Amino acid sequence: MRKFIDIRHVWALSPKQIKPFLYQMLMVGLLIGVAYLLFISTQENLEARHIESGFSFLSQEAGFPIGDSLISYSPSDSYGQAFLVGIINTVYVAIICVILATLVGIVIGIAQVSGNPLVSKMAEVYVEVLRNIPVLLILLFVYGVVLIGLPSVRDAIEFFPGGFLSQRGIYIPRPSAGNNFSILIISILFGVITTVIFLYWAKKTLNETGKNYPTIWISIVLLVLPPIVINSLIGNTLIWEVPELKGFNFKGGWVFRPEFAALVIGLVLYRGAFIAENVRSGIMSVQKGQIEAANALGIPANRTMRGIVLPQALRAIIPATTNDYASLVKDSSLAIAIGFPDMVSIGGTMIGQNGQAIEVIAIWMAVYLSINLFISVLMNIANKKFKLVER
Amino acid sequence: MTIIFQPAPDLTPPASKVGIFYWARTKLFNNLINSLFTLCGIAILITLTPPLLNWFLFDAVFIGTAETCREGQGACWSFVHAKIKLFLIGPYPMELVWRPITAAALLFGLFFATARHYLSSKKAVIGWMLLPLPIYWLIGGGFGLEVVDTSDWGGLLLTLVLAVAGILASVPIGIVLALGRTAKNTFIKVISVSIIELVRGVPLVTILFMATIMLPLFLPDGVEIGILYRVQFGIILFSSAYIAEVVRGGLQSIDSGQSEAAKALGLNQWMITALIVLPQALKIVIPPLIGRCIALLKDTSLVVVVGLLDFLGIAKAASQDAEWLGFDAEAFVFCAFIYWLLCFSLSRYGRSLEARGQNSH
Repeated sequence: MRKFIDIRHVWALSPKQIKPFLYQMLMVGLLIGVAYLLFISTQENLEARHIESGFSFLSQEAGFPIGDSLISYSPSDSYGQAFLVGIINTVYVAIICVILATLVGIVIGIAQVSGNPLVSKMAEVYVEVLRNIPVLLILLFVYGVVLIGLPSVRDAIEFFPGGFLSQRGIYIPRPSAGNNFSILIISILFGVITTVIFLYWAKKTLNETGKNYPTIWISIVLLVLPPIVINSLIGNTLIWEVPELKGFNFKGGWVFRPEFAALVIGLVLYRGAFIAENVRSGIMSVQKGQIEAANALGIPANRTMRGIVLPQALRAIIPATTNDYASLVKDSSLAIAIGFPDMVSIGGTMIGQNGQAIEVIAIWMAVYLSINLFISVLMNIANKKFKLVER
Repeated sequence: MTIIFQPAPDLTPPASKVGIFYWARTKLFNNLINSLFTLCGIAILITLTPPLLNWFLFDAVFIGTAETCREGQGACWSFVHAKIKLFLIGPYPMELVWRPITAAALLFGLFFATARHYLSSKKAVIGWMLLPLPIYWLIGGGFGLEVVDTSDWGGLLLTLVLAVAGILASVPIGIVLALGRTAKNTFIKVISVSIIELVRGVPLVTILFMATIMLPLFLPDGVEIGILYRVQFGIILFSSAYIAEVVRGGLQSIDSGQSEAAKALGLNQWMITALIVLPQALKIVIPPLIGRCIALLKDTSLVVVVGLLDFLGIAKAASQDAEWLGFDAEAFVFCAFIYWLLCFSLSRYGRSLEARGQNSH
């Protein structure tokens, strides 16, 4: 492999080696020259437009309000704080969307390969329609037509007891800790510990005697039963704060503003279609002969799926879905089009106020690159777990 | 006397194994869980289909004014009809409409000629590479045609210009970046990898912001580039990085024995790349390249964010018209339908190519 030629050994180069060396030097020189020219003209432009440079603006007062914030923020806080609100919102939306899109993708993807022609056809229509429409169009439709088209607060639709849909947002009851909350936590911990012990014991029995227990169902019972029993016995563990109509708006409960709800719904519907396609093609990539062989051996269908098809399908699904998660995080920047204050839309407001585009865009890039790096590290770990073990 | 063996005619399948009921029993209701799914599917169809059909067709207003639309319950397709010029070409002057139509005819003509193999692959490549020239000349004017300012380009016209020019320019750049990434020279490799990874790591929206806000700051005094060209630059940069990765996949799938054999025959590195590796790699990556075309066509809609009125931008703006206020659902549905038609047919074409590629080996 031809590496950079070490400058200390130039004297020892043969004429044949000198030529590529000169080319490289010329390229480097040209690049530095162009960069210098760009730097000079940028300096002049910034001065002519009275735009400061450097990151000192982050400590100045922002002066604009932000609709949704998970941390405390007021217009008198600094630009840095405002940016932090945006970064947290971006990460928050990304996490929620990744979880929900995965669920949608798995359900629709399995529906596509289910033997049921009605269900698989419906899933296919969903995937083919959603995948071939721009995501921005879906977002604008969900926001501008569906959510804004909901009734006013006064005529809000109660879609389940205590949950309301209205123009101003989606309201659902919020749980808060009651007097016996700590007992509930203890019962949940108890359930988790017994499940872990049971799973360990079941695996040991399986290895030693070959006796197989329905581990999934027993674990679910072990996990769910203790909290339910405790809750019905002593009560007063969780208090549900139900939203109530007071004056012109609902008070209490969890509120999802239409901008947030539209962003999540739109991104999940769109990206879910892609993940469904990954799931479908992953499952289809497992050779039919393997399933037939499992049938011939008398392995029940659900264990064939769990033990034979899925582990192999995941090998194809995980890399493709990693790309989709990265795209999903990037697509969350479309929040700017519907007014949800994510990092890009807050940064855009800042550029409008002080013109420091270079710094803001640099921060955007740094944050997106680190999020993507984080996702690929996590998925690499998952990938290793399901990698083909070659002997 | 010779006896010729005459097989008895096939028996028809037993009555219990044919017909729609047998099909439904084995496919839809063969066990409890599947039956539940089928019932759920039927329930969804029953609740969704009638209102949607009513809105789309039976209650819809096809001919009429905004008033007749407001009286009706369904969709107002006469709104789309009234605004169709705006949807397709935006503020482009109506008396010059033959020019974008000719450009579109050129585009689709070349597409069909390529897809149906009327052209040799060399001629097709040259045709696609030269296509932007007549298209820009026809739409923008100059050289004897009346000049139409780029600010008057809009609607589907602008979407197609951005997407077609974007893909045509980014294929060669993407190939160069992919070759740079697989190059032996460390310097070229580092530059290619950093461009590709940096661009792929950030959303298109930030690249568009960069192109519209940051690019003018870099340019020397007196040099100005119109917003359309800046946005086009951003789209090309974005698309090139993704195409580079697609091409790299193709380059990697070529067996290294091929280039070793070529080397043994005395070809130099440039000839090996240009004559042996690249042609085979490009043939392999045609289906994923069509996937990139679809993605780019959808992604051009993001230019709305920086204020250009492309197809989606026009759909959004048309429903703000005071006379036709409140018909944004129709505008979006029409817009979605056209996007879907373009993307879906492209993806079907890509799939047919893929299937043919698999059969030919």
